[in-house]
Amino acid sequence: MSLVPSSLAALHSGAPVVHAASADGVFSLLWLVVALPALGAAVLLLGGRRTDRWGHWLGVGTVAVSFLLSLVLFFALVGRDSGDRQVSQHLWTWFTAGKYTVNLDLLYDQLSAVFLLLITGVGGIIHLYSVGYMEHDERRRRFFGYLNLFVASMLTLVLAADYVGVFLGWEGVGLASYLLIGFWQYKPSAAAAAKKAFVINRVGDIGLSLGSALIFVTFGSTSFAVVSANADKASSGTLTAIGLLLLLAACGKSAQFPLQTWLLDAMEGPTPVSALIHAATMVTAGVYLIVRSNFIFSLTEDARTGVVIVGCITLLMGAIIGCAKDDIKKALAGSTMSQIGYMILAAGLGPAGYALAIFHLLTHGFFKANMFLGAGSVMHGTNDDVNMRHYGALQKAMPVTFVTFAIGYLAIIGVPPFAGFWSKDRIIETAFADNFVVGLCALVGAGITAFYMTRLMLMTFVTEQRWEPDVHPHESPRVMTIPLIALAALSALGGFLILNGWITDWLAPVVGTHEEKSLAIGALGMSLVTLVVVAIGIAIAWTFFGRRAVPREAPTQVSVFTRAARAELYGDAFNEEVIVKPGYTGIRGLSVFDGSFVDGIAEGTASAFGGMSSWFRLAQNGFVRSYALAVLSGAALVLLALLAVNFS
Amino acid sequence: MNFTAPHIEYDLISPILVVLGVAVVGVLVEAAVPRVYRYWTQVVLAAVGVVGALGATVYVLNRIHPGSDHPKPGFLVAEGALAVDGPTLFIWVLILVLALLGVLLFAERQLEGGVTAFAGQAAALPGTEAEREASAQGLEHTEVFPLLMFAVSGMLMFPAANDLLTLFVALEVLSLPLYLLCGLARRRRLLSQEAALKYFMLGAFSSGFFVYGIALTYGYAGSMEFSKIAQAVASSSGSRALLLGGMGMLAVGLLFKVGAAPFHAWTPDVYQGAPTAVTGFMAAATKVAAFGALLRLFYVAFGGARWDWQPLMWGVAILTMVVGSVFALTQTDVKRLLAYSSVAHAGFILTGFLGARSLGEIHAGDINPVQAVLFYVTTYGLMTMAAFAIVTVVRDAGGEATHLSRWAGLGKESPLVAGIFAFLLLGMAGIPLTSGFTGKWAVFAAALSAGAWPVVIVAVLMSAVAAYFYVRVIVVMFFADPVGDGPSVAVPSVLTSSVIAVGAAATLVLGVVPGPLLDMLGRIAEFIR
Repeated sequence: MSLVPSSLAALHSGAPVVHAASADGVFSLLWLVVALPALGAAVLLLGGRRTDRWGHWLGVGTVAVSFLLSLVLFFALVGRDSGDRQVSQHLWTWFTAGKYTVNLDLLYDQLSAVFLLLITGVGGIIHLYSVGYMEHDERRRRFFGYLNLFVASMLTLVLAADYVGVFLGWEGVGLASYLLIGFWQYKPSAAAAAKKAFVINRVGDIGLSLGSALIFVTFGSTSFAVVSANADKASSGTLTAIGLLLLLAACGKSAQFPLQTWLLDAMEGPTPVSALIHAATMVTAGVYLIVRSNFIFSLTEDARTGVVIVGCITLLMGAIIGCAKDDIKKALAGSTMSQIGYMILAAGLGPAGYALAIFHLLTHGFFKANMFLGAGSVMHGTNDDVNMRHYGALQKAMPVTFVTFAIGYLAIIGVPPFAGFWSKDRIIETAFADNFVVGLCALVGAGITAFYMTRLMLMTFVTEQRWEPDVHPHESPRVMTIPLIALAALSALGGFLILNGWITDWLAPVVGTHEEKSLAIGALGMSLVTLVVVAIGIAIAWTFFGRRAVPREAPTQVSVFTRAARAELYGDAFNEEVIVKPGYTGIRGLSVFDGSFVDGIAEGTASAFGGMSSWFRLAQNGFVRSYALAVLSGAALVLLALLAVNFS
Repeated sequence: MNFTAPHIEYDLISPILVVLGVAVVGVLVEAAVPRVYRYWTQVVLAAVGVVGALGATVYVLNRIHPGSDHPKPGFLVAEGALAVDGPTLFIWVLILVLALLGVLLFAERQLEGGVTAFAGQAAALPGTEAEREASAQGLEHTEVFPLLMFAVSGMLMFPAANDLLTLFVALEVLSLPLYLLCGLARRRRLLSQEAALKYFMLGAFSSGFFVYGIALTYGYAGSMEFSKIAQAVASSSGSRALLLGGMGMLAVGLLFKVGAAPFHAWTPDVYQGAPTAVTGFMAAATKVAAFGALLRLFYVAFGGARWDWQPLMWGVAILTMVVGSVFALTQTDVKRLLAYSSVAHAGFILTGFLGARSLGEIHAGDINPVQAVLFYVTTYGLMTMAAFAIVTVVRDAGGEATHLSRWAGLGKESPLVAGIFAFLLLGMAGIPLTSGFTGKWAVFAAALSAGAWPVVIVAVLMSAVAAYFYVRVIVVMFFADPVGDGPSVAVPSVLTSSVIAVGAAATLVLGVVPGPLLDMLGRIAEFIR
């Protein structure tokens, strides 16, 4: 199954340098791609009720035009020579402090180009779907404002030519994610989930801000151009530290171990949010950050090892959690964690894996958004029930949803020729070429993926019907099914991006090239092994859920493993015991210290000065003779002081 | 015996001449124009004069090319009596802007029901029939405008003076009209007259020291000119006791004018008693001019004796900051509070003044002390002017309500006025994003690089103390319930409003983007010698 492009060998090895030409021609419109959704957000959020009637269509429109622009830009970029595909646009100088200048520059290259298409394309589809999904919500206009804010921030993130610019987008998507998870803030669980996501993301943000600071200290600049040109001059210890800090950032945003716990709770948000932010785009920002920083990671083996370990742990963890969840969205969220684990793992493999990480990111964006929207459609038809034990036999009631979901299902478990097969298979292959244990993790993960996805599929669409009598499942309106069909098509065909090595070729100037290692059993053999493992997973799931009746209530007499998986492998319990409780104790101590000691000093000083002031005031008695005397003695003092200094 | 007429460069000192000319014409207006037209004639005349002088200053400024990287150092004019260089020109612009704002404040008529805030007839004794008659007739003293113009002309001369005699003349020209203006309040006239008398007596007293200092210095150097004095200091000729005595006495005279401790005692009484418009102008512009003169005298004439006067000034700066901040803690009157605050500010500006170093010690990109001081006085002047303008609009039946307890609940009564005042107070306290912060940062940086870290430590501590009393006012305005009827905010005419707006805007703009002004000052902040 080897599709190694021959042209790669011709390119130089080592991390490529960011060296962009300034934008001209059609590229000078680059800023509009970000500006349009930002404008949409501003109008919708500041315009108030006046925009209620048409606001959602403005939201869809801005993203759609952004998508068209991205397409035009993309083809313009394709039309250029492969060595000439980096374009930067200087917007303005953001701030200057001494020798340190941060420009608000945009960098449009092969990597940001595919991200632009993904964000505005999938984003546009999900915007359209939301018009139907949020139809009965009276705060729909605000919802679209937040969505537009998110799109603008995410575009800033992937277009920034500077770590500080990335940070701006990074915080922007964090804010949008917070607002959207807690969109139904009257539900305490949604409010709590939003807070949790925000707080845990702050931990990751510390990684990005400290990483940027260390980059600045080391290179004297935070722009990609300077850092990539000088990366090889920094010491390996520094590079590893930067790499690990950026990894921490990626862990927060991409819900990777040990900062993974927020993602499952984030499913409290409306389903289009889960599809756009918590599946297709924002959660992949960590992968983007690592791939974008390839000039750092390529030079530090240690940091890459850390990345691979995080990826392996998370891909297995997410898959195991996905096996035990009865809530359809949480099962999909576990799956998202797991799939991003694959991407992180690939990114940690260095130049061999960067392009594959991005490829899997794209295909995952297609099929996971597809399935999330499918789940939303199912919920739409079943009175917003999310429990799969209350579904069953929905394929008759919802044929379009079923077929599109099934295509997503085939894609994620990696059945050829659907998208996931091409991307995941290559990652497993490359992982085996790098290290047997890592490869094994990825392979086992593929098996578990097949198991939990088959379980989800069977419980939802096949098996006997288990819904309440007052539930009348029905197909969703066109405005929701058309996006499903579009995404299903992408899930089916997205894998062909790798045909002839197109995607790896395309990204090579950004992420560098590598020597292809071949496996002993060959690429085709590897694919067959993977398919066998996948088949085993499907078979086990069929035995448990296809052939036996699914109970309406979750069984309580279950093995310790199921219990652990249901408890999300005790991630929350761990945080509670290790961080929250000691944290509270420390805060209580500090509060006592503050109340007695610090306040004591502060108030004591204040009253001392007050007393001094009252005493001083007596000197200000209003008599001009006293004042004159003060002037006279002052003059005497001045003279005495001068003489004392000089003649002592 | 031949007499050579002195060569005067009229074009280069045109700003002073324009202001002086307007003042003289103003006196004639008082004699020749009928009473009904006087007010408008004087206001227009003063405003046009100040704007004309500003135009003239801009013309002179262009002659030294401040925009270029290497501006001309400047010109010695009128046979060396005046130095027109970067600092002089900048101070001219600043004083003229403050003077324009002063004209606007002086011309305010809406707050007193159709008359200005100045006494109807200053000669009428307070509480007599004559006074009642004067106010019944709606008399006004429009002489305040020519007086203001005379003071401004002195203030323009003061920082430019390049010999001791001119310095003294300028000092008196700026002071005498101010003494008079202080006694012209329409309300609380006894307090106002007492303030004027105190100011006059103490001012005269300190002028005595100043003149004696001139005599001693002349005895030491054999010349009045700054450059000759500098030469004498450099060659260490003459008696050191004469030099030290002269320097000390001159310092007393100037420190009195800037209101530094222990020569500050007049400040609160005079600031409180004087008409608020005068207080605002005086607090802002006098300090600007006096610091300009102090800088030139001690940097140009006594620069070589830096090691002799610096320890003394360390002490004065520390004492001034401590006295200003600590006294202010227990004040209950807004005008007295602002007076002590201005004493504390004088201390902070002196901290910047301590940054004196020889030119060789200043590295490129450093904040030089002249630049720091000029930036600080700019921010301080505009903030102070606006703050006193706000004092004029908070009123009750008896006129301005200056007791702090009357300001309780102002935030509810008029969120806009209270909000702007709070912002100005935060600026004075030096909170980031206000010009006060940048100013403090600049003077501290200048002092630190000259090794005056003990002073800077005291300055930082006193900033904290000062923040307390500024914030106390904010707390009173926003978090205390009004007493009785509570304060009322009179709606001022566009004149006072524009003073407040300009001051607040400058505080914001210079806090957010201080760069251009600081850079410009860095290029021109060099005295010619």
